[in-house]
Amino acid sequence: MANKEGDNSLYPIAVLIDELRNDDVQLRLNSIRKLSTIALALGEERTRSELLPFLTDTLDDDDEVLWALAEQLGDKDFVVFVGGPSYSYTLLPPLESLATVEETVVRDKAVESLRAVSQQITKAHMEEHFVPMIRRLANGEWFTSRTSACGLFSVAYPSCSDATKQELIQIYRNLTSDDTPMVRRAAAGKLGEFAKALEPENLKQHLILMFHNLANDEQDSVRLLAVEACSFIANLLEKEDVEQFVIPTLTSAAKDKSWRVRYMVADKFTELQKAVGPELTKTNLVHAFASLLKDPEAEVRAASSNRLKEFCTSLGEEYRSEAILTQLMPCIKQLACDANQHVKSALASVIMGLSPIMGKDNTIEHLLPLFLIQLKDECPEVRLNIISSLESVNKVIGISQLSQSLLPAIVELAEDNKWRVRLAIIEYMPLLAEQLGVTVFEEKLNELCMQWLVDSVYAIREAATVNLRHLVEKFGSDWARVAILPKVLGMAQNPSYLHRMTTLFSVNLLVEVCSSEVVQVSMLPVVLRLAQDPVANVRFNAAKTLNRLCQKMDGSVVKEVIPCLDTLLKDDDVDVRYFAEETMNTVKAQES
Amino acid sequence: MAMAGLRTGEIPWCFSQVKGTIEDEVTDADIISTVEFNHDGEFLATGDKGGRVVIFQRDSTKGKASVSSPPMFRCDYNVYSTFQSHEPEFDYLKSLEIEEKINQISWVKHSGSSLFLLTTNDKTIKLWKISERCRRYNNLNTITDEGQVKDQSSITQLKIPQKCVEEITVEALPRRIFSNAHTYHINSISVNSDGATYLSADDLRINVWHLENTDQSFNIVDIKPANMEELTEVITASVFHPINCNEFIYSSSKGTIRLCDMREKALCDQHSKSFEEPEDPANKSFFSEIIASISDIKFSHSGRYILSRDYLTVKVWDVNMESKPVEVYPVHDFLRSRLCALYENDSIFDRFECGWNGDDSKVITGTYNNFFRIFDRSLKEDYCYEASRDMTTLGLTLRHKRVTPTGRKRKDEVNVDSLDFSRKILHAAWHPRDNILAIAATNNLYLFHEQQP
Repeated sequence: MANKEGDNSLYPIAVLIDELRNDDVQLRLNSIRKLSTIALALGEERTRSELLPFLTDTLDDDDEVLWALAEQLGDKDFVVFVGGPSYSYTLLPPLESLATVEETVVRDKAVESLRAVSQQITKAHMEEHFVPMIRRLANGEWFTSRTSACGLFSVAYPSCSDATKQELIQIYRNLTSDDTPMVRRAAAGKLGEFAKALEPENLKQHLILMFHNLANDEQDSVRLLAVEACSFIANLLEKEDVEQFVIPTLTSAAKDKSWRVRYMVADKFTELQKAVGPELTKTNLVHAFASLLKDPEAEVRAASSNRLKEFCTSLGEEYRSEAILTQLMPCIKQLACDANQHVKSALASVIMGLSPIMGKDNTIEHLLPLFLIQLKDECPEVRLNIISSLESVNKVIGISQLSQSLLPAIVELAEDNKWRVRLAIIEYMPLLAEQLGVTVFEEKLNELCMQWLVDSVYAIREAATVNLRHLVEKFGSDWARVAILPKVLGMAQNPSYLHRMTTLFSVNLLVEVCSSEVVQVSMLPVVLRLAQDPVANVRFNAAKTLNRLCQKMDGSVVKEVIPCLDTLLKDDDVDVRYFAEETMNTVKAQES
Repeated sequence: MAMAGLRTGEIPWCFSQVKGTIEDEVTDADIISTVEFNHDGEFLATGDKGGRVVIFQRDSTKGKASVSSPPMFRCDYNVYSTFQSHEPEFDYLKSLEIEEKINQISWVKHSGSSLFLLTTNDKTIKLWKISERCRRYNNLNTITDEGQVKDQSSITQLKIPQKCVEEITVEALPRRIFSNAHTYHINSISVNSDGATYLSADDLRINVWHLENTDQSFNIVDIKPANMEELTEVITASVFHPINCNEFIYSSSKGTIRLCDMREKALCDQHSKSFEEPEDPANKSFFSEIIASISDIKFSHSGRYILSRDYLTVKVWDVNMESKPVEVYPVHDFLRSRLCALYENDSIFDRFECGWNGDDSKVITGTYNNFFRIFDRSLKEDYCYEASRDMTTLGLTLRHKRVTPTGRKRKDEVNVDSLDFSRKILHAAWHPRDNILAIAATNNLYLFHEQQP
């Protein structure tokens, strides 16, 4: 019975195989993820002849199981279990079936895996197995299989004979004029990568034709995907060809009847700009971009506004200022007063970035009035976006030009009814402090920072403490002692325990950026007093804070803390005792 | 001869099946609330007030053509799958009960062996996948085919399981749930011809969704006035154009149909076309506004015409003519003088639906007393039939029914005073290719087909 032990070792694998078809989806998933273990146990021969056909035959499973199966089969190491690259074609049938299922995520994964397998397939098998599979998928009854086919051409094409290449091009052309828009969309989506695989003459002769058909499709959902292909194709062509084949399509897409197509052009504009190069941009795109900035649909205006800075930055220097001033500036002026707040806030987030490009004089003459308008905008998001990008303007014209309008805007946002707006402005405080300098800050903004510490919303109080830390990092420990500590420590006497806790939270953060002298002289006495607070919450937070203070203090001073901790260790409250003990351990560790 | 009573050009309808209980007592949950054929008519779905969906499959056994005989006409539909689509819910924030009643079903075009359909109640839309699945496997390693657990030591060789083909079950799985996008009651859902998106309409708003994305939808129509006291109309139905993916229409309680083009703007508050017939001042009464309200709209298969149903008529509109309908068919004009009584018993608010036949040459709609009417557009004929259990003899052609204003009652005639207003046909669907009708009469589904020579 020498076999006996060997048989037992089969048992775990036997269970694993059976669980491929268990009622519990979790067990099936588990088995599928160990497919390589199963394949190894079965051996190459049986994996090819039994396991893979079985898997191909049982695709009525849940989508997550199918997805996992597609992933396993596409793993670059799995090919070993079927017998190496010369047998890699045996992985195609199950993946082909997976590429036809209804669920998009499964199909996409199957296509991804097929592309991975294609890397390991021999040249002979490419035409013998891979291309026939593309043919079957592309002629499939359901649109699902035809959409999957679109993603496989670019990997098969390079290693095919010329005759097969021509056939693949022909099949792809059929897909671009398929009856169902879903297939045409897939063909439009993959057109760019297929174009990359093609030789220049085939590209010009065949692919451009398909591209034009898709760009003129009756459904706008197809046309808008052709816009994406524009930049891919333009990248592959010489300048004259771009001008002849791509620019007309691009300019007509920018004027398309459907706003969704124009939106796509606006959204991809900077990519397109890079692809067609500076000269064609100058002659063709500046005008198109200006018209998108004036589009009747707000979504399009917002999308093009978002691209404004990048577009202007990438313009050729020799005509940049002129193009901006003569063609774009009139549109920008209108956008600053747009009826739609998304458009205005999109503009506000990029408009300051134009300042370095335009230089000091132009900024003052043209942009400054717009900044001021937007700083007074009724929508807080617009004002916030302006404030958030102050830095770039500061470098060009200095902030003094703005501060008169800036400060009221900041104060108003700081007191906005919506706490999220207050939160957003707090986050810009360190930046503003840096730009404005310590004097202006102390004069106008310090009080606001203190006000936030006693805000009714916890998130604001918390952000305010973090803000203090950043301020101290910028202005230094001495400034902290004079400008903020009196106020922060003063709150320790506040009748509300929530405010007394804010003192502790602030100290927790400030301790790291203040000198140990400040810690010992100013902070310690206050925290020790709070350790005797009537509220247990305050007491245990004080214990936690002491822990942090001790790490920053000299050994001699740390000793002063011990009597206080001894008291806390006898506290009625279990939490207080717990944290006191933790702190005590730190103190002892420090002593030894 | 059964064919004797036929008029020229009339389709000889005969009974094929009736589904549902034959008892007189009607449970509220069993009342059918929607009927819908899929795109090729091989499947038929019904939804009911109890939140259930039943899918019927056209009989496939008789369909096989052989060398000697042509394929038989397949008119039978058998239950394929039944599932609970919606459950009653309670909205705790608004203290509102949400009924489980299925308001509408919309089939998603086939893309493989499984079926996909959208179902909706007042608030939540669900995408269902109905697929066939093998649940039993033989030749397992650890269990014998008889279900006995094998002894570990008896396993000497690894085996690959085999499908047990007899044990195929049909499963309905909720693939996606689209919720929290409607403040008011959803009245329509419609899948777009692009195959990727669909719309859902409630009383005041229309949203567009992507079928694969449940966490966002885009509002494309919003007719809610800033002040609800200024509210003058509500959306009653909405549907996508069958071919142009950018166009959709919606109807209103004022009797207007608006066509919108999604290419023009992101928010389609401004319509491209508005179909409305100027009101005839002579007919104006207290009830004019109520009976003008459109209860259903359907695009013809070609996309050229729009069919609309209001309380008393069905109208056919040419998409190219906004000023008035090209055809108007009275459904039950004899009720015009009885609107007061119909108002008192709430019947005037019944929402009748309507439908086209496969080649858009005929339309169907329902009325009271379990009567339904077919209008032949080219012959200008109309036919009235009854869906009744008395007619359930196989192969018998349906007889014409008449409603007479007064006087003696002959065979197949009903006096207008004795019409039964509780028995009404709100939902009727015509097979997309063949002459097969699916008629929902309260809790029964009747199927009729053209008599084969």
